[in-house]
Amino acid sequence: MSTATADIHHDPVESNVNYLNASYGIKSWLFTVDHKRIGLMYLAVITFMFTIGGVAATLMRLNLVEPQGALVEPETYNKLFSTHGIIMVFFFLVPSIPATLGNFLIPLMIGARDVAFPKLNLLSWYLFVTGCGFAIFAILSGGVDTGWTFYPPYSSLYSHTPVVIMALGIFIAGFSSILTGLNFVVTIHKMRAPGMTWFRLPLFIWALYATSLIFILGTPVIAITLFLLGLERIFHVGIFDPAIGGDPLLFQHLFWFYSHPAVYIMILPSMGVVSELITAFSRKKIFGYSFIAFSSLAIAVISFIVWGHHMFVTGQSVYAGLVFSVLSFIVAIPSAIKVFNWTATLYKGSISYQAPMLYALGFIGLFTIGGLTGLFLASLATDVHLNGTYFVVAHFHYIMVGGALMGYLGGIHFWWPKITGRMYPDMWARIAAAIVFIGFNLTFFPQFVVGYLGMPRRYAVYPAEFQVLNVMSSAGASVLAVGYAIPLVYLAWSMRYGPPAGRNPWGAKGLEWTTLSPPPTENFDVPPLVTEDAYNYAHAGATHV
Amino acid sequence: MSDMAAHDAHAHPQGFAHQFEDAVQQKEAGTLGMWAFLVTEILFFGGMFTAYIVYRSLHLGGFIIGSHLLEVKFGATNTAVLICSSLTMALAIRSAQTGKSRGAIISWLILTMILGATFLVVKFTCEWYPDYLNHIVPGSYFGFEYRPEWGAHAPYVQMFMCFYFFMTGLHALHMVVGLGILTVLVIMTARNKFSSEYYTPLEISGLYWHFVDIVWIFLFPLLYLIGGRYPGS
Repeated sequence: MSTATADIHHDPVESNVNYLNASYGIKSWLFTVDHKRIGLMYLAVITFMFTIGGVAATLMRLNLVEPQGALVEPETYNKLFSTHGIIMVFFFLVPSIPATLGNFLIPLMIGARDVAFPKLNLLSWYLFVTGCGFAIFAILSGGVDTGWTFYPPYSSLYSHTPVVIMALGIFIAGFSSILTGLNFVVTIHKMRAPGMTWFRLPLFIWALYATSLIFILGTPVIAITLFLLGLERIFHVGIFDPAIGGDPLLFQHLFWFYSHPAVYIMILPSMGVVSELITAFSRKKIFGYSFIAFSSLAIAVISFIVWGHHMFVTGQSVYAGLVFSVLSFIVAIPSAIKVFNWTATLYKGSISYQAPMLYALGFIGLFTIGGLTGLFLASLATDVHLNGTYFVVAHFHYIMVGGALMGYLGGIHFWWPKITGRMYPDMWARIAAAIVFIGFNLTFFPQFVVGYLGMPRRYAVYPAEFQVLNVMSSAGASVLAVGYAIPLVYLAWSMRYGPPAGRNPWGAKGLEWTTLSPPPTENFDVPPLVTEDAYNYAHAGATHV
Repeated sequence: MSDMAAHDAHAHPQGFAHQFEDAVQQKEAGTLGMWAFLVTEILFFGGMFTAYIVYRSLHLGGFIIGSHLLEVKFGATNTAVLICSSLTMALAIRSAQTGKSRGAIISWLILTMILGATFLVVKFTCEWYPDYLNHIVPGSYFGFEYRPEWGAHAPYVQMFMCFYFFMTGLHALHMVVGLGILTVLVIMTARNKFSSEYYTPLEISGLYWHFVDIVWIFLFPLLYLIGGRYPGS
């Protein structure tokens, strides 16, 4: 199937020099300033970090097979869920799409030779790796038990774990995010090819632009918050710890001022990917381009004024809760606009179901469930019942795994032929996508139920009546793990044995598909000139497979 | 490929980087990049200012006592020193812009560095070190001493001093980075990297230097001048 596609589009007279073979040796990678190589270096590191976070999740799910805990002591369980949360949020989801696909694709999509500041881009990678190093060191020296949120006094008075080292890792990785966001904003503003006006930009670029704004505006706040937390622990002075004069609520305010927008750092890039996939595999111009573009910006802006919905039951004033509740409902609107426009794009489209499209369709369904259950939690009264239960866990996993991770995998599959120049076996990819979808739902849907019934999160033990649902969830996690392992195998296989992809194996629109696969170091053999809107599929031939 | 090769072969002005189309684009990108960076800096300091404001409104009495432990004359001197350093920085940029000699640019830059260093010397020798001797540096290693006259405010005096040292310390760290940047600029100027056509690094470093000064302009009144220090205010 994939070979057939490749044959149609393969141009036999292509240059063989590309960004992968332009130079060899470890130094040519470690000192590269090529955005494409840096993107791949991020891909390697975050895949490694994902594995660490995944192992922690596996051990948690194993432990929860039995009500009294099947595997580990409660203290170890605390460290497992903390490690899982910290690694997955700060070292996988936040950098996932922006640092890999974003780095690789932004210059290609806007017709530039590189990002605006290539050396800064490399520095970002080194900062990220340094941050990962501190995080791994903190795990190896015992791991932290504070939860990923680092709430004082868990993180100040009561924790005897390497909180400062872990916080330092996040602090340093945060500067990687800030500099990446800065680089993207400047690149998108200043490096567009002739004719690439703002409203001809692919929606992936709009989504990453909005993401970059959050990187720039939000990340410094979590950095200073963790800095203060570190100073409090090192010098034993009262900033957040109530026992020595501090105010723990202030920490929560500052923490969520970043960490709620950070949710949109994770989901916005996936929405950008899905916009690309839906239109490419429907062979149809995107419905409501400007609505989708502006809804990304609206999400970025509104995401900064909803943080209080994490604090409905922590002693915040009722009136503040009321306002945050209303604002949280409002932030659902731009997300819904996107979903409606994607489904409208599908309507009367010429849809084909290759692997990237399966991930995109999965995204729409799962993100919708995740988003709508978010509204339950944004309502003050229901939140009092559901706060701190597995309902919340299920909700944000539908957003972060069902949404962000599905989009990430869809994007990796869609642009893999561009990145490597090779096709992967489509049937295996479809099977893996189906396994991920099934495994995901089996893992997290029971958690909605068990949470609604009252099982609290972050406990190593639970009442025996919840065992059936927990066993279902753990079984689903095993299926999910298989679904994640399969792509590692066939994508690695394809790098060496996959059939050549040609410039445009999907018959998709966009500047990145006009250049070679893999692209040359300078990105384009002919400097691009843009003369049409994005997704101009009206005259594209049907290239069904 | 041939187009790209031809592109690289073009004679470009000094300091031109390969990823840009022309010098104008490069200058615009550099300037926007620095402004975006300063936005992140505002948010970075902003978190700390927010914490300061919250605690000051909750514990005003302790903060006033703490503020009165500081020597306003040193803070005021340093404010004047920094404002002068902003002027000399601006004059360094102007010298480059109007095509003055390398010597003129370097003189202004070095004067800026002297003023910046003066600030740090005053901060350290006239304020932080005496504070340490007077036992008003908080933290388990510094022997912070409560005084009986503070009464119930004592924990919040300590909190004020925490914020004083965190905020001025973070600011001083930015000053040190600024001095490093100025050193690089002096070397670049000496190597004739700048002209009236190309002086973007000078200009955007100037933005950073002014930003650090402005942070101090906010820190000085917030830390030194609260609580009616003088009769009639």
